[in-house]
Amino acid sequence: MSFEGFSIYFLYDKVFTTMKIHEYQAKEILKKFGVPIQDGFIFESEADIEATIDNVASELNCKQFVVKAQIHAGGRGLGGGVKFCPNKETAFEKAKEIFGMTLKTHQTGPEGQLVRKVYITEALDIEKEYYVAITLDRTQSKHVIMASSEGGVDIEEVAAKTPEKIIKVWVDPNLGLQANQARQLAFRLGFEGDAFKQAVKVFKALYKAYEATDASIAEINPLVLTEQGNVVALDAKFNFDSNALYRQKDIASLRDVHEEDPTEVEAGEFNLNYIKLDGNVGCMVNGAGLAMATMDIIKLKGGEPANFLDVGGGANVETVKNGFRIILSDKNVKAVLINIFGGIVRCDRVANGIIQAVSELDLSVPVVVRLAGTNAEEAKLLLENSGVSIIPAESLEEAATKVVDVAT
Amino acid sequence: MAILVDKDSKIIVQGITGSEGSFHAEQCLAYGNNVVGGVTPGKGGQTALDGKVPVFNTCYEAREQVGANVSLIFVPPAFAADAILEAADAGIELVVCITEGIPVADMAKVYTYLKSSNTRLIGPNCPGLLTPEQAKVGIMPGFIAQKGSVGVISKSGTLTYEAVHQLCQVGLGQTTCVGIGGDPVIGTKMAELLELFENDPETEAIVMIGEIGGSMEIEAAEYVKARVTKPVIGFIAGQTAPPGRRMGHAGAIVSGADESADAKKAKMAECGILVVDSPSEIGATVKQSLQKVTA
Repeated sequence: MSFEGFSIYFLYDKVFTTMKIHEYQAKEILKKFGVPIQDGFIFESEADIEATIDNVASELNCKQFVVKAQIHAGGRGLGGGVKFCPNKETAFEKAKEIFGMTLKTHQTGPEGQLVRKVYITEALDIEKEYYVAITLDRTQSKHVIMASSEGGVDIEEVAAKTPEKIIKVWVDPNLGLQANQARQLAFRLGFEGDAFKQAVKVFKALYKAYEATDASIAEINPLVLTEQGNVVALDAKFNFDSNALYRQKDIASLRDVHEEDPTEVEAGEFNLNYIKLDGNVGCMVNGAGLAMATMDIIKLKGGEPANFLDVGGGANVETVKNGFRIILSDKNVKAVLINIFGGIVRCDRVANGIIQAVSELDLSVPVVVRLAGTNAEEAKLLLENSGVSIIPAESLEEAATKVVDVAT
Repeated sequence: MAILVDKDSKIIVQGITGSEGSFHAEQCLAYGNNVVGGVTPGKGGQTALDGKVPVFNTCYEAREQVGANVSLIFVPPAFAADAILEAADAGIELVVCITEGIPVADMAKVYTYLKSSNTRLIGPNCPGLLTPEQAKVGIMPGFIAQKGSVGVISKSGTLTYEAVHQLCQVGLGQTTCVGIGGDPVIGTKMAELLELFENDPETEAIVMIGEIGGSMEIEAAEYVKARVTKPVIGFIAGQTAPPGRRMGHAGAIVSGADESADAKKAKMAECGILVVDSPSEIGATVKQSLQKVTA
């Protein structure tokens, strides 16, 4: 997955990890908590297309279908991954077309994402579309429900251009969503009669699902009112707090590693936090803030960082070796900068790790090393006397200047 | 003077019998701190740190028997929220939680609960506090800092060490260094610490280190404009993350604020903060700002 075209939020989300799931999985969760959904079945092999369509037709009693590519990235509709099909034949044709395609959306980057799962759902007659989502408002440290009668469209554009069209209700985390708050949302969105009652139920159920699954985002976009007067979730997105997965075994099992960058997955197995970028200066740093600051100074010196890599607290031989392997699996990398500020970590140990890793791995690119903090002097001597070819640097400034110099 | 902790702070360590807890409690003690005990449920009556301090079953006992007023927490993430609440219920005024990986939902509950108590929380997922030559309540390496006149507030861990290191290299010591943590929900935000440093007579300048994401730096910048008379030097990590389309997610529309580094930097500069582009210029910029003040 490329970084180009992604925003800082993408980086932020990955550094402070959240786990993502597919639409059909999000809708299964909603269904379990009592939110009516546009239902369907999933297939993962071309041989199952026909049976899946038959299943949708008979089980859900429908004649028209929607074929939906299941990838984590948004913008599937605009990318050609969601098709309305008026009959079984078209559904078969579109399902065949979408399955196995490389779907490009504004969130996948230019290389796109392979479609391995396709969701075939019933088609509904839509009267009106709404937006509703729950997440944490960091400013208030409370949960916030956001809703709008302008659903189905680019909600961020609505928020930017007409913020008054987004209704916000803050929920005290120790009290949970109150009945009056759910009613307020439904009234302000303009629901009436039986649809009003259904909407109130949906908001309550959505909050329950958000809370019970340790979600970081629970979004229904759009929530629709059908021509028959039913309130139904047409599309849904759930992200989860990775810190809570230890107590959410069912949720953790929904992870789809195919949707993640394989190098990033591998790094995660070594307890390294790695994100690939587009530059040619690899970096290995302890701590997320210092890692970002190191990327910043590389760029200020005229270079382009090739990655974000936080090795965390334990910068030993194995960590350094694994870090090198992961950084150098990116063929664009022309030089590597190691920047470790030893607090608890002792720099002499890190230096030994670097010396051993560099000599064992037979590196083909220059390595600039800057070690500061605990036992930095001892570390410097070790590096100098080791005989391995490492470019030492004293300060962050010097390290960045040197690494950019050797990379170009 | 310093903020939050000094040589008279009576510190207990929750989770003192664990490997992290005992290692860092020992380090704090070695720094000359007044570590008066530890708390591990079920191990009350024992001693820790080679018999140097008593272990209590509850924070309540630690408060009653040794008068603890500061608690340092190293309890594992699944139990850390409960540990914070226990300290608050025992009436401990300052709680510093080092634990990384506490579920956000737990912290949202704790944060809201603490609003109705007299307890201040620093962290979680932070390196804690360091008042050089007086008190180390956390995991910051004591030797990198020296006593002086600069207050430091930071979201990061090792980047804080980098800034403190640079300050010492230009001959500037610190009043107190505070690592507030980078989690979505933290106990004490930047603006609150700016207020404490503004009111601290020994602090002459304040360093504020932020990161992309969230809008805390923007609130802090507004506070600086309205209330802070001392020079404030700011840096935002993550500024070179390339701009691009936003992820279509709810987080970005909550505040309506632009959470990019550029937007934060612009707002900070507009509010009178000296914003440095390069992380290597933090120390030198503080020095210059103090020379201007005295000139």
